[in-house]
Amino acid sequence: MFDWKLEYSVEILPRLLSATVNTLLAAGFGYLIALVVGLVFALLQRTGVRPVTFVVREIVEFIRSTPLVVQIFFIFYVGPQFGIRLSPWTSGMIAIGLHYASYLSEVYRAGLDNVPKGQWEACRALNMSPVRTYFRIIIPQAIPPSLPGMGNYLISIFKDTPMLSVIGVAELMHTATTIGTETYRYVEPYTMVGLIFLAISLPTAMALRGLEAWVRRKMGMDR
Amino acid sequence: MQQYFDYLQQYGPRFVDGTLVTIQQTFVAGFLAIAISIVVGLMKLSTNKAIRWPAIAYIEFFRGTSLLVQLYWIFYVLPLFGVTLEKFTAGFIAVGLNLGAYGAELVRGSIQSVSRGQYEAALALNMSPYKKMTRIILPQALLIMLPPWGNLLIELLKGTALVSLISVADLMFEAKQINGSTYLSAESFGTALIIYYLMARLVVSPSMRAFEKFWARKMGRFGNHV
Amino acid sequence: MNASTYPVKLEGDVPLVRFQNVTKRYGPLTVLDNLDLDVKANEMVSIIGPSGSGKTTVLRMLMTLETIDEGVIYVDGEPLTHMAQGDKLVRANEKYLRKVRGNVGMCFQHFNLFPHMTALENCIEAPIHVLGMNRAEAEERALDLLDMVGLADKKDEHPIRLSGGQQQRVAIARALAMRPKVMLLDEVTSALDPEVIGEVLNVIRKLNSEHNLTMLMVTHQMGFAKEISDRVCFFSEGKIAEQGPPEQIFGDPQNQRTQQFLNAVLDAG
Repeated sequence: MFDWKLEYSVEILPRLLSATVNTLLAAGFGYLIALVVGLVFALLQRTGVRPVTFVVREIVEFIRSTPLVVQIFFIFYVGPQFGIRLSPWTSGMIAIGLHYASYLSEVYRAGLDNVPKGQWEACRALNMSPVRTYFRIIIPQAIPPSLPGMGNYLISIFKDTPMLSVIGVAELMHTATTIGTETYRYVEPYTMVGLIFLAISLPTAMALRGLEAWVRRKMGMDR
Repeated sequence: MQQYFDYLQQYGPRFVDGTLVTIQQTFVAGFLAIAISIVVGLMKLSTNKAIRWPAIAYIEFFRGTSLLVQLYWIFYVLPLFGVTLEKFTAGFIAVGLNLGAYGAELVRGSIQSVSRGQYEAALALNMSPYKKMTRIILPQALLIMLPPWGNLLIELLKGTALVSLISVADLMFEAKQINGSTYLSAESFGTALIIYYLMARLVVSPSMRAFEKFWARKMGRFGNHV
Repeated sequence: MNASTYPVKLEGDVPLVRFQNVTKRYGPLTVLDNLDLDVKANEMVSIIGPSGSGKTTVLRMLMTLETIDEGVIYVDGEPLTHMAQGDKLVRANEKYLRKVRGNVGMCFQHFNLFPHMTALENCIEAPIHVLGMNRAEAEERALDLLDMVGLADKKDEHPIRLSGGQQQRVAIARALAMRPKVMLLDEVTSALDPEVIGEVLNVIRKLNSEHNLTMLMVTHQMGFAKEISDRVCFFSEGKIAEQGPPEQIFGDPQNQRTQQFLNAVLDAG
């Protein structure tokens, strides 16, 4: 029964597009949270204080090894059990933010570890403070190799936003499902959702590769 | 704490049932993903455009769209094209196809990482392309790709949680059901999270590391692991 | 590219290797420029010259690692880079190359031993899977060769446990196991520590004196080249600037560039 209703597709497009904006906002905010919390996770693991490193490490491993969708449910439903009401949006943001923070912390750690030991030693020899060492010397060198990973996770977050539909966030997938149940026609909404995802993720991936190359050139780290 | 033990006593069996289904999904999807990865990975290395382009299209498509969307599409939309899949099947096929795309890139990258000199030495010895691949290149590529494959298999395990959304009675499905009737969310979803964690940390990762060690030893690098 | 004008098979007193008007380009860069080079059977030819002069490319083309742009290469009278179609020559396809490639063997600067196989396994792999030998025969041949290069006791070691000099000697044994008519040695000591260069040179000496193998060697070891070669070719800018017996090239070079090069090399050490 393959017959594509064009007018129907055109009709539902505006709704899908506005839901796309919601999706992009959710992805964007989630990513920002992840960028910051991830850095915190990474730096905490470098403090050298054994208990701290251990606890943070276990938390990061736990979050990384368990499904995001279960974490989303957990955060959304656990609140009310203890009297805190979290909106779907808020729970979603927190879940995505924490989940990807744990991935990003690994990317950051690898980037930081890969800065040659000699750099640290040079800073020590010049009597630089730790803060200056980190922010002026080490972190700038840790960034270019980390960019591919950071970029990939941005795209992953975008693709994971449909999971928020299970707790009722009105993003793209949720809207498509709603449209589908209203009209009993799922082909057009779901297919268009797929196409919209491709239309956003593929160019973004290409743009990110271009960005990586640009940053590399700019920092003179072109090999 | 005592409450939790009571909870586990009462609902434990259902968690076990769900976990078994999750394990089944992971295994079947895993085999599918590995098979696809090898075939598509090799296809992408072909100099023949007619072979390479479908591989590229497959990889870009399944990596560029989300697993949930693919899952829904396969389960809800395919029937309209005449292909009706039972939900368990739809589940592992979606997960397998999706992870297979990532795996294909891994396979391709690892094969390309094997140093040029190996290809040249094999050619200088007049080895056929088939022998060169199977006896020289692929064994070395396998060693390179095992660590990232460990991560990919954990992603696979996590991905199976989504099949609960098409009502496959896996671990997450059971957790949701139990939560629905007891409202004990922390216990229900918390237990599910712990079980997923245990499967990943105590089963998948150690198994992969053991295989890595085994293969490294077979490759003669025991004690000199690259 | 008119290979059809070249003879389909060499007649008469035939060199083992012939480069006839061979040109190789990489984009705008001409690496080999209308090169003519003959190597007689049992001859030991050293190729010296500055980097970028095309020396390694000569070997790589003979080993079919690179394609040819113009001209034809013959091995033992038969074309290597082209094949006969009737009475004309056309570019060789992979099937033909697999037949004729076996006449040539090569050792590389970075050895390229198969890391996942022992020394013995490295040496029996191709004889078994390419020549179709049975395992016992292949092992016997391999052990003989490993013994000749002085590494019989290391036959069960993996490359990672061998020194550079040992690895290169295994690489030589591996190439010899295929009984090539011509052996190509591409800067085989350039990646080695000074202490182990000697052991590899000794093996090459043996190959030259005891086995009279036809060899084409690209090297920076001038002393060795002078000692062992029947002929030395000095390459510059894709052409042979000068060639002749070692006494002439090293003792009394005629060409100015040869002199410049040799002076620079001697200065360095």
